[in-house]
Amino acid sequence: MTIAFDYTRSLGPVLGRFMAGLRDGRVLGARTSDGRVHVPPLEFDSRTHEPIGDLVEVSPTGTVVTWTWVAHPLEGQPLSRPFAWALIRLDGADTALLHAVDAGSPEQIRTGLRVRVKWADPRRGHIGDIACFEPAGPGDQAGPGAAAGALDGPVPDREPVEIMTTPIRLRYRHTTSPEEDGYLRALAQGRIVGQRCPACRKVYVPPRVCPADGVAPGAVVEVADRGTVTTFCVVNVPFAGQRLDPPYVVAQVLLDGADIPIPHLILTGGDTSGVRMGMRVAAVWRDRIDWSFTPENIAHFEPTGEADAAYETYAEHL
Amino acid sequence: MSDVAIIGFAASDHSITTSGVETLVPVFEDVLAQAGLGRREIGFWCSGSSDYLAGRAFSFVNAVDAIGAVPPIAESHVEMDAAWAFYEAYLKILTGEAETALVYGFGKSTAGELHRVLALQLDPYTVAPLWPDAISVAALQARLALEAGLFTERDMAVVAARDSGADPEELLGHPYLSDPLRAHDVARVKDGAAAVVLAAGERARRSRSRPAWISGIAHRVDPQGLGERDLTAVPSASAAARDAGLDARVDVAALHAPFTHQELLLRAALGISENVRVVRPDGDAMFSAGLSRIGAAAEEIMSGRADRAAAHATSGPALQQNLVCTMGATP
Amino acid sequence: MRRAAVLGTGQTHHRTRRTDVSMAGLCREAIDRALTDSGTTWDQIDAVVLGKAPDLFEGVMMPELFLADAIGAAGKPLLRVHTAGSVGGATALVATSLIRAGVHRRVLAVAFEKQSESNAMWALSIQPPFTAPIGAGAGGYFAPHIRSYIRRFDAPEHVGAMVAVKDRRNGALNPYAHLRQPDISLESVRRSPMLWDPIRYDETCPSSDGACALVIGDQEAADRSDRQVAWIRATAMRTEPTFYSGKDHVNPRAGAEAARALWEAAGITDPLNEVDVAEIYVPFSWFEPMWLENLGFAGPGRGWKLTESGETGIGGRLPVNPSGGVLCSNPIGASGLLRFAEAAMQVMGRAGEHQVEGAATALGHAYGGGSQFFSMWVVGRRP
Repeated sequence: MTIAFDYTRSLGPVLGRFMAGLRDGRVLGARTSDGRVHVPPLEFDSRTHEPIGDLVEVSPTGTVVTWTWVAHPLEGQPLSRPFAWALIRLDGADTALLHAVDAGSPEQIRTGLRVRVKWADPRRGHIGDIACFEPAGPGDQAGPGAAAGALDGPVPDREPVEIMTTPIRLRYRHTTSPEEDGYLRALAQGRIVGQRCPACRKVYVPPRVCPADGVAPGAVVEVADRGTVTTFCVVNVPFAGQRLDPPYVVAQVLLDGADIPIPHLILTGGDTSGVRMGMRVAAVWRDRIDWSFTPENIAHFEPTGEADAAYETYAEHL
Repeated sequence: MSDVAIIGFAASDHSITTSGVETLVPVFEDVLAQAGLGRREIGFWCSGSSDYLAGRAFSFVNAVDAIGAVPPIAESHVEMDAAWAFYEAYLKILTGEAETALVYGFGKSTAGELHRVLALQLDPYTVAPLWPDAISVAALQARLALEAGLFTERDMAVVAARDSGADPEELLGHPYLSDPLRAHDVARVKDGAAAVVLAAGERARRSRSRPAWISGIAHRVDPQGLGERDLTAVPSASAAARDAGLDARVDVAALHAPFTHQELLLRAALGISENVRVVRPDGDAMFSAGLSRIGAAAEEIMSGRADRAAAHATSGPALQQNLVCTMGATP
Repeated sequence: MRRAAVLGTGQTHHRTRRTDVSMAGLCREAIDRALTDSGTTWDQIDAVVLGKAPDLFEGVMMPELFLADAIGAAGKPLLRVHTAGSVGGATALVATSLIRAGVHRRVLAVAFEKQSESNAMWALSIQPPFTAPIGAGAGGYFAPHIRSYIRRFDAPEHVGAMVAVKDRRNGALNPYAHLRQPDISLESVRRSPMLWDPIRYDETCPSSDGACALVIGDQEAADRSDRQVAWIRATAMRTEPTFYSGKDHVNPRAGAEAARALWEAAGITDPLNEVDVAEIYVPFSWFEPMWLENLGFAGPGRGWKLTESGETGIGGRLPVNPSGGVLCSNPIGASGLLRFAEAAMQVMGRAGEHQVEGAATALGHAYGGGSQFFSMWVVGRRP
């Protein structure tokens, strides 16, 4: 499964000015109390712990301090063709910046190589405004002002960047435990199974390591696809990640034969007010043709019309 | 200061689900049997794991199910390698609030794209958005050390060959993975879980004839900036070693070095001489690897193979954070 | 056992979006205030403990690593605690252990959450694909337990609204609080939308950016302080599984046993009479009466009566959350540490407008996960 989100990073005064500089085609560094210039900038002075106030412009040209070759670029990296990662000390800076060098082939990159910024177009106030670095020609001069559109003179007090957006997208492969496996296989056949803890004898649905005893589960037990609402809430609020339009009822349902409730939806055809503690409900299965190895084979639960269960029968499952 | 010892160690080199539960149940049974303790006799539980390794928030919560925490227990968790959970548990015993502790770490490194996931440990403003993978970051460090003349690619191959039994010359004939790193320079991505039981003085003596007594434990973190710090030195490891009392008298050292060049950097930073036997268990089972080194060192003592041992754990990009634990056959 | 004390506290102005600061800037706002409040210099800090809830909230894996330099941890020992919603409390307890173990003299505990970097509800909705697709949200997890409480003890519906009114008005006295609503009333709360029936909009915590920091010191550091310190008289933590057959979600055993251990360690036999003020983790209004019972301030079914009587307001028998609590500010990872810090501020006499007169003994409490991780401490004006 993939998890993806566009994170919104607020930058604060130092990084905000650094990113604004990149947007304007200038590289800024943080000057600390010892006179050193840090690129990328520190936000706080490592010795005095004071916030950095002083940003100075450095050259977009610098020297490779160390490098490695990427034959197969990964998702999200600056270049989609083979490139070098390098730590690059820009002229005028005392520390090195990590970025990609578009060197063409591993023979073209070496420690000591002179490289210069290749600016992205358009720029938006993001580290990606440096598209990458390229080997510098003999005409590339040290010192500030070489960037496209850069201004001469002191660093202008331009509007800092407030927020930079960073997409993060990762893929994970989840595997089932043997207990989950048996549970999902039963669901694919329209059955619900639990397993009995060999220590406390309680039936857990879905089956799992007994959380009270820390032992692997024992005998498989088939439970009913109907049970009792122990407690519930009416969800009226929309939120991120939601799969159903509110309002709907999420209840704890104690299946007949189980010793622990499962959370599920109770649908009553639009009106949520009839749902109550102790209500008897039954699973509504999706069409058999749609069944697979998933809990989603059960669409929701609905009232059976039986008399409510007495409070005492489920009071210890609240 | 009270004496504290390790009295059990167990590990698994696989992981079933990202929750760790099914993997941890037999590991707990094994380690408790070694320690001669029942689970209700454990005074404090502490674990290390990572949500980003599991790909979900609160991933450590399910692992508590493996403990069987009814009645409730005293328990805590660090979002770090479990070696640091071990440190927290050690303190808990020193305070006198617990007499015994069980520490565990777990992770399913193979669930996600590990070396890409680890890019998220880097500065989220200026570095992580470029997605430099963990192997590339390590390669930048290795080249700095090679070009500074600290060691050679052959020295790195020798480290790999020691563990694999391969011929270093043959290894050097293989192509680069991330120049100057070859496949043999990178620890295998591994799933796993590990657990260690600790006990205070008398309790430890009752459980085991030869506990591994902790003589020192310390940890430090360096600033992260890859272009800020000298990547060829590991000051946090050196300081931790000094504070943990690591000296020339150790017989064996278990190092947590995810890359061959990092073992060489660590040997220098920790002051581990050529005469010291180095144990470098295969693979890097994220978030239990450091604890496994502590367990491996303790086993050297408990088994009688060594009288003094040291263990090391690392965390973060390019050896940013380091922990050292020394132990001996006598308190 | 060695003594430990809170030497000083600091917190940020909590807001929905603190877009004016980076994560480092947010942490430093709290840390700098804690250093000033405690009269501590950077070089006196021996170690740093950082607490934060899930890394997915900020999209940074183990953010303490990149923050190490900015938060003054570089070259020092740094621990990262994560125990779900209780993490702020656990952070304070781990820092206390570092002192009580005799390892350090002064430790900085810091906790933060920058919720505006993403969306917590999104992050929490990520589940492995084999679980039932039940989207209920954070309130949807706890609302059924509140319904159970109301049913079990026949609690009148207005009690939840009363807590909301009290806490939001208290928050108006706290300059750092995210929500400050001096004009809120029982009627306005009851008019607010029902989000997760029985939880109304005004009865839920906000989503905040914020940080909190404490400096904890040993006996010598405390003795050297020229300001009142908060002596840590007792700590307790307990954990139980999220679910197990027979789990009582209304009155979880882990919370009750932690409280018993805490009172015993502090030498307190009658908490309601001996504790002057309590900062309790109340993310939804009804958790005040529930936790009053769980903590032993009131017997089963009497929590709501204590709340209804008005005795949990400032000036009452047991003021609860004079800072406004989690209902006013909720930077998740820091929320627990804020409870612990506010308890300390009360006994140090530095709580400003929300100071409880003469507070000498205070409780700080946090919980997390599915009502399963509990951490708490008692601090006092005297050891």
